[in-house]
Amino acid sequence: MNRALGWLAVIGLAGGLIMAFGVAPREVTQGNVQRIMYLHVPTVLVAYLAFAVVLVASIAYLWRRDPAADRLAHASAEVGVLFTGLTIVAGAIWGKPTWGTWWTWDARLTSVAILFVMYLGYLLLRGMIEDRERAARYSAVLGIVAALDIPLVHFSVYWWRTLHQPPSLLKPGPATMSQGILAALLVNIVAFALLYVYFVAKRATVLRREEEVPA
Amino acid sequence: MTYARRAWIVLWKDALTERRAKATLNALLFFSLLLLFIFQFTLGGDRERLVAALPGLLWLSFVLTGLVGLGRAFLVERENDCWDGLLMTAGDKSAIYLGKVAGNMVLMLLVEVILLALFALFFNVDIGRALPALALVLPLGTVGFAAVGTLFAAMTAHVRAREVLFPVLLLPVQIPVLLGAVKATDAALAGEGLGAVAHWLQLLGAADVVYLVAGLLTFDALLEG
Repeated sequence: MNRALGWLAVIGLAGGLIMAFGVAPREVTQGNVQRIMYLHVPTVLVAYLAFAVVLVASIAYLWRRDPAADRLAHASAEVGVLFTGLTIVAGAIWGKPTWGTWWTWDARLTSVAILFVMYLGYLLLRGMIEDRERAARYSAVLGIVAALDIPLVHFSVYWWRTLHQPPSLLKPGPATMSQGILAALLVNIVAFALLYVYFVAKRATVLRREEEVPA
Repeated sequence: MTYARRAWIVLWKDALTERRAKATLNALLFFSLLLLFIFQFTLGGDRERLVAALPGLLWLSFVLTGLVGLGRAFLVERENDCWDGLLMTAGDKSAIYLGKVAGNMVLMLLVEVILLALFALFFNVDIGRALPALALVLPLGTVGFAAVGTLFAAMTAHVRAREVLFPVLLLPVQIPVLLGAVKATDAALAGEGLGAVAHWLQLLGAADVVYLVAGLLTFDALLEG
């Protein structure tokens, strides 16, 4: 099952690479640099998906106290943090040639950075508690509060930034996407979603085996 | 016993303990006075600069004293098996959470009012006009902070490296509240009226409701120890 998922993800990523470098046209104003979008956008979308899964799995755990829900939340949070980190790094690499800076306190950058530290804290909490059942309960509460915080973070950071500078300068990507670019983006989104599912399934399996081993 | 009465008893018990032991409030007030000194020394004697940064400095000191004060909220329950006593109380356990939040709110608001007076005194700022607006902004910001802070204090009470973990978990979650509170305080101190920052007040109100509801619903899972 896991192996099949893994191969699916590999095929998806190979297709994504072909689409991103072979099929998608060279963007007119930014040139080849724009192709970072095929990594940047899928990773951030998958990160949001991952944190939504953490929320659902956390609620499910508090409700049913099923260890499987906790393993899902744990695995999904780890992969979510990984993909958020990838988003930030890819964004910085894209930002340097196009905006002239690795980092700027733009609304969207700031929101993602806050998410990153929030879920890093979630993983830190997990790491600090030896007792498995207690770690599951505590992180479920944190997973719910953190997810509820995401809309608040978005609104507050958006208002905070837009009062200072217009976002028009920092609008990444082309205003209107050509068919080729859109198709390549969609293929990559599917590929990274498959990769996410594979990582989570694999990690959840490892977590289950760890629980089976007597401490 | 009604729900409100049980929440009240928790609040009363904590207030009584605090009155007799004077463990938290005195230390917090002293700590915030020291913060004031530190701001003066690190930012230099330039009064204009201090006044311009005042909303940020105010909330920075509220947050720092809050981190020190709220982190202790459940430590007292770990002694003499008090935690087990809380666990054995009849009825909905979220009343305990509500009582603790109320207690922390009172504690923080007390410190905030005194800090505000000290800031006005030491930095020679006229806050008289801003007081009605601040009377709305300070509680709005403090409810959200106390709601999550109390929840996370219960969470970290049993975790090693609690002193580090508590701020590390609380601060990122509190960024929306901090942004809103600083913006609204800025408008209040500038005497602009709160009309221009109505959206921030709405955000603070929404955050307060979201955090309180989340806390009430999930606190049970933390109390199990």
